[in-house]
Amino acid sequence: MLEVRSLRKEFGDFVAVDDVTFSLPEQGSLAIVGESGSGKTTTARMIAGLETPSGGTVAVAGAERGPGRPRPRARRARGRRIQMVFQDPYSSLDRHQRVGDAVAEAVALHQDLPAAGRRARVAELLDLVGLDERQARSLPKALSGGQRQRVAIARALAAQPRVLILDEAIAALDVSIQAQILALLARIRADTGTALLFITHDLGAVRHISDDVLVMRAGRVVEHGPVGSVLDAPEDPYTRRLIDSIPKPGWKPRRRGEKAA
Amino acid sequence: MSTEPLLRIDALGIDLPLDGELRTVVHRVDLGIPEGAAVALVGESGSGKSLTARSVLGLLPPGARVHGEVLFAGESVPRMRPERLRAFRATDVAMVFQDPRAHINPARGIGDFLIEGLTTARGVPAAEASRKVTAILREVGIPDAERRMRQRPHELSGGLLQRVMIAAALAAEPRLLLADEPTTALDVTTQEEVMAIIGEARAARGLALLFITHDLELAAAVCDRVAVMYAGTTVEELPADRLRGRASHPYTRALLASRPSVSDIGAQLRSIPGRPLSGFEVPGGCAFGDRCPRARDLCRTDRPEPASVEDGTAACHFPHPLTLEETGRHA
Amino acid sequence: MTTAPLSGTTTGTGRTKAKRTRPRDRLTLGAGCVVGLFVLLAVLGPLLAPHDPNAVDPMNVYAGPSATHLLGTDDTGRDLLSRLIAGTRASLAAPAVVVAVSTVLGTLLALTAAWSGGWVDRLVSGALDIVFGFPGLILAVLVAAVFGAGLTAPIVALSIAYLPLITRVVRSAALRERNLPYVSALQLLGAPTARIWTRHLLPNLLPLVLVQATIGFGYALLDVAAISFLGLGSRPPDPEWGLMVSNGAPSILSGQPQQSLYAGLAILIVVVAFNLLGTGLSRRLLGDNA
Repeated sequence: MLEVRSLRKEFGDFVAVDDVTFSLPEQGSLAIVGESGSGKTTTARMIAGLETPSGGTVAVAGAERGPGRPRPRARRARGRRIQMVFQDPYSSLDRHQRVGDAVAEAVALHQDLPAAGRRARVAELLDLVGLDERQARSLPKALSGGQRQRVAIARALAAQPRVLILDEAIAALDVSIQAQILALLARIRADTGTALLFITHDLGAVRHISDDVLVMRAGRVVEHGPVGSVLDAPEDPYTRRLIDSIPKPGWKPRRRGEKAA
Repeated sequence: MSTEPLLRIDALGIDLPLDGELRTVVHRVDLGIPEGAAVALVGESGSGKSLTARSVLGLLPPGARVHGEVLFAGESVPRMRPERLRAFRATDVAMVFQDPRAHINPARGIGDFLIEGLTTARGVPAAEASRKVTAILREVGIPDAERRMRQRPHELSGGLLQRVMIAAALAAEPRLLLADEPTTALDVTTQEEVMAIIGEARAARGLALLFITHDLELAAAVCDRVAVMYAGTTVEELPADRLRGRASHPYTRALLASRPSVSDIGAQLRSIPGRPLSGFEVPGGCAFGDRCPRARDLCRTDRPEPASVEDGTAACHFPHPLTLEETGRHA
Repeated sequence: MTTAPLSGTTTGTGRTKAKRTRPRDRLTLGAGCVVGLFVLLAVLGPLLAPHDPNAVDPMNVYAGPSATHLLGTDDTGRDLLSRLIAGTRASLAAPAVVVAVSTVLGTLLALTAAWSGGWVDRLVSGALDIVFGFPGLILAVLVAAVFGAGLTAPIVALSIAYLPLITRVVRSAALRERNLPYVSALQLLGAPTARIWTRHLLPNLLPLVLVQATIGFGYALLDVAAISFLGLGSRPPDPEWGLMVSNGAPSILSGQPQQSLYAGLAILIVVVAFNLLGTGLSRRLLGDNA
């Protein structure tokens, strides 16, 4: 479904992403894990076409694209295949647009439907993410963080994407809400067959939502494999360090040598 | 517990003016921190945990009204005169915030920031202050202290800056450290370093800690006791080692179960329906009632009072039974 | 508002805001009424004037306030009130054109620069810095001196001079807006750029543009009046406030300051009203911290 080959991104002299290669099968779920500065978000933005790669290729459902600025028309074509949900639920919606209208706009951009059909589709999408009529008529500021993220997911699904990228999509939410959104995403994956690409720093969530995990550090992939084997028997020392620093029963924080800052 | 704890919060309530009228945002917080102990205050957004921490420093927004009592070494913080309050903040307590960048003047050097606190608030001579600050910076894992002190905040990473804030807090030689989500904005590996540094500094100084966080696992790992807040109320207070598996309040249990864990293989995530309420949104009855799997009619009408459950307290009409013999308190 | 440590909770500012809003809002409302009144005068001016503003009455120069001449007459016996009212249109029209032109052009420039980034942004910003280096008034005076009196030249010059003011503010806001994830989301959905501009960016920037235009209007009025005062703008005998101030100036020494005084007051009132309206709108539309 998604084939990423030797993806690279330079900002001036700084190499943000270096030789990232992976594939994501239809209905698959992959997580890219890393700390700040690991290049995981840049990788996601290149895959989505929001950032131009310095090298390498991204192929979605067979349609390959290399370096070069994507034209709007090409971007629209790709949009049917890849959509993205962003970290900050507050700024990922237009603050002056009723959330139902935001979803309707996305539907209109993708399907030529008569007004009644469009309304039905919007209602269907909102229902899928667990929002009601009243909430659809609200402005973003009247909704909670979790509800806004549901709107963002509905808007992305309006394009019937083959791959949905979630860029730290639950990081800003309350703990009790994170689980709701993870459950929603799992259901969407099962119902629609959308492949999920999680960009996250949260290894705990990865365990529950992904089949495969790819660990990035300083722009490079340090480990890549099925979630079970990577999390339970990490081969790379950095992956191990990452897992060891997560609080769990019996854990005590330790200084593990100063990280160069 | 016979000895008076260093910090005692007794039935604390806070009213804040919202849209022109006073609304209750913190309903009831009860908490005690013995000298040298670490207590975590855990809650989601709107739970009132940060306001509670601010009330310990006497730093509530203008117009706030405080009920109940906050006693530091037997002295009432809400009743302190401005003069005494300043001295109290300069010497007895120190606070570390989630976002160090917002609490340090970006135009001034790190060294100035650190030394100023000592020279102005405590009257330490500049040379001595400088020596002391350098030593503390080394202690918190900043070996090239002299160079760092000449730098500006924007030249330091978030993790380093948080260590600087911890150093500033320690330099005042407080008896109680308040840490408000000090690692939330940091990477996990940096979080571990920072928490380890706080732990070592506490051990070396016998420093008490009030740790504000949304992360139950982290709270349980670094604190002796944990107080869980929901919608402006401490719903449960218990020893950290009883948190996992043997908590009595349904909210504590639900919060733990909704947190995906790296180590629990195959564990099902259980989400809590609805969203966390803020203190001022709470209807009559139990604040958690609408989201609680154990709620019954009583929970919708009567607000539960904190009652002792084994070696802690829980504010719940139907707490989870702790052992097979103990069938729970059915009011 | 600076982020004072420890007091920055949203709940904390709630009360002070609620308490302070009312008197401030009343002030803004009052300013809005004054502005509305003058706009009405500008539109209906000649109809409302009690006398022909250009009618000379040599028998009745420097008349004091009376029932027929509420504000008295000038050095040639023309009715001052009528001249003030009739002059509203000329006095407000020129700054209105200046603000309209600079706002529309400036907003488009700002959006283009923010949207394209890179060399386009650098070019626009660089060019504006050069324009900004010239004091607007001096630019207008120079242009007027070269092309002769009349309002066209000063209007063109001031429109250019005002361009950087609006463009800079809108550009930085547009840049912030453009980098918000909702714009990325729209791009991913394949929304055409024109649609993102017209349906999302422009409406979201409109409050800021409106505020800038309102505040700019006060300054533009002052500048146009100054140009007319210098004799490079409106030409006599047509009534215009700046011109009236300058016409009345010689009489001040002979103890007859009415003409300059009333025209000057009219300018002052309108400028202050626009400024108050602008800051009030900014508070209402953009929030306290804007």
